[in-house]
Amino acid sequence: MPEILQVQGLETQFRTREGVIHAVNGVSFSLKEGETLGIVGESGCGKSVTVMSMLRLIPSPPGKVTAGKALFQGRDLLTMSDEEIRHIRGAQISMVFQDPMTSFNPVLTIGRQVSEPLEVHMGLNQKQAEDRVAEMLAKVGIPNPKDRLNNYPHQFSGGMRQRVMIAMALVCNPQILIADEPTTALDVTIQAQIVDLVKRLRDELGMAIIWITHDLGVIAGLADRMAVMYGGFIIETAPVRDLYGHPTHPYTIGLLGSLPRMDEAGSRRLVSIDGLPPVLLEKPTYCPFAPRCKYAVERCWHENPPLMQVSPDHYSACWVDTETGRERS
Amino acid sequence: MTSTEVLLQVRDLVKHFPIMRGTLIQRQVGAVRAVDGVSFDVFHGETLGLVGESGCGKSTTGRAILQLYRPTSGSVIFEGVDLVGLKGEDLRKMRRRMQMIFQDPYASLNPRMTVGQIIGEPLIIHGIADRKEAQERAEELLRLVGLNPAYTNRYPHEFSGGQRQRVGVARALALQPAFIVCDEPISALDVSVQAQVVNLLEDLQAQMGLTYLFIAHDLSMVRHISNRIAVMYLGVVVELADRHELYNHPLHPYTQALLSAVPIPDPVIEARRQRIILKGDVPSPINPPSGCRFRTRCPLADTICAEQRPEFREVAPGHWVACHMV
Repeated sequence: MPEILQVQGLETQFRTREGVIHAVNGVSFSLKEGETLGIVGESGCGKSVTVMSMLRLIPSPPGKVTAGKALFQGRDLLTMSDEEIRHIRGAQISMVFQDPMTSFNPVLTIGRQVSEPLEVHMGLNQKQAEDRVAEMLAKVGIPNPKDRLNNYPHQFSGGMRQRVMIAMALVCNPQILIADEPTTALDVTIQAQIVDLVKRLRDELGMAIIWITHDLGVIAGLADRMAVMYGGFIIETAPVRDLYGHPTHPYTIGLLGSLPRMDEAGSRRLVSIDGLPPVLLEKPTYCPFAPRCKYAVERCWHENPPLMQVSPDHYSACWVDTETGRERS
Repeated sequence: MTSTEVLLQVRDLVKHFPIMRGTLIQRQVGAVRAVDGVSFDVFHGETLGLVGESGCGKSTTGRAILQLYRPTSGSVIFEGVDLVGLKGEDLRKMRRRMQMIFQDPYASLNPRMTVGQIIGEPLIIHGIADRKEAQERAEELLRLVGLNPAYTNRYPHEFSGGQRQRVGVARALALQPAFIVCDEPISALDVSVQAQVVNLLEDLQAQMGLTYLFIAHDLSMVRHISNRIAVMYLGVVVELADRHELYNHPLHPYTQALLSAVPIPDPVIEARRQRIILKGDVPSPINPPSGCRFRTRCPLADTICAEQRPEFREVAPGHWVACHMV
């Protein structure tokens, strides 16, 4: 499959009263057509800022993308004109956000909001747009879609609102869907409904997905490939089975060990990662995970490891081979 | 570790929140039936997990047990004393024996008090210690929960979420209670920090013989920490059993759906799992369905389910379920 998106060396900073926060520090990844990439990490690791930077959605000031490229079908999203990126956002690349409550305009009907991208990007008239919206709402499982067009966001439950948001994101048939923690605010049984829906739509429409989450459970059954972020860096990336089956970065190992699993027979003590995530007031010159790492060696405190290949298609940013505990040569 | 000695007996606990209309003359037009007839026992030294989705009444149950909300009816018998209707000094005496850890470590600590004052305050209120002794005890407690005892003069904003939750734990332990209600104590924390707090709670339980009611929506964490688990749906407990029994042989259709919806962090297992996808949303607790509360989303629902409320009965030793179809 050809690559549809290539992000190279992306860096984003925020100016705050305390100083400059180095939120994203040189992130590179690519996405193939129809592929689902999971980006995982804890709050503040830079996962949302990465995709927002790529789509030029970072408010500036205080934020600024200071380096990097984001090539979509060969064209750099970061240098094209505002007019050009507007044609791409919401049409070819669209987004679903975490909070279905605050992402809609409360005073406009659902029909009006979901049809807006169609009128803007595809130049459909109101009647055509409404038919397409009703079709899309039916596809995401909203009962009586024609009647619901005139309802307002508050007349939908949380799960239903997230379905509407997905309908809005997919209404122009995008090539990439970016989902930023789309199920975090939902209950587990509703989360299962939404994940099921996204899988079905992916198989039907064939779009590529970037799914951002802090939950290693949700993404396990959904992603083809994973990228784990820490301190504004991607620290490990691999096909999903490889990453869960053979995690190599100490942070990934710790994260998987800290999760209790429902299918475990006995009860073991959870592996906790001592300490706290870094405050990114300086761009780290050494490994950002070193202060919390059991494996850290001298070199980790002097040099920030780049992503290194550990097996075909599996990359890890660590000076130590965690299987043997020895430093990589 | 656990005994069969009952520490807490909850019987037919009901908590309705009235809905009022009118400006000058208010009249009640309805009620949110947050908890609608809940019964269970908590044994000495165990952790009873209470799970359910948002709005199912699990937190209200926890608060009604501690009399932070006065129950509408029912009884809560703790160490042989019925707390419902207990007032003033009698209630305060009982409160020493039971404490709470709250969900939000940002909202549950007074930002104008130092952590030393926060942890020592219960000791002063109950007249157990003077200011100086309270300060010393606060230092001890900070050490116990894994924080530096020199931090007593710091304010809550100087701590991270996980550290604040440790302060919340230290405050709960100050009066040496027998029973602690943990209301979603880790939901607001990052994954790697959650494990730190859970390990701490487990260590303290082993050291001090504490009994926990652990309220959460994260089923894998509840399974990890609990001895027995009660599942709530729309104000009622639908199933209660030993944790292994509940996860291996769930009987209630809601428990089955809930368990199947929990993702497992393993792509190989996820690929061959069959999910039970429930239809629709949870109905409103203002006007819950007649008979069985779950019947509107239940794949097994029959006519009897609309007519009669299923009895909560023991179908196997220690395994309780409320369903007509079991």
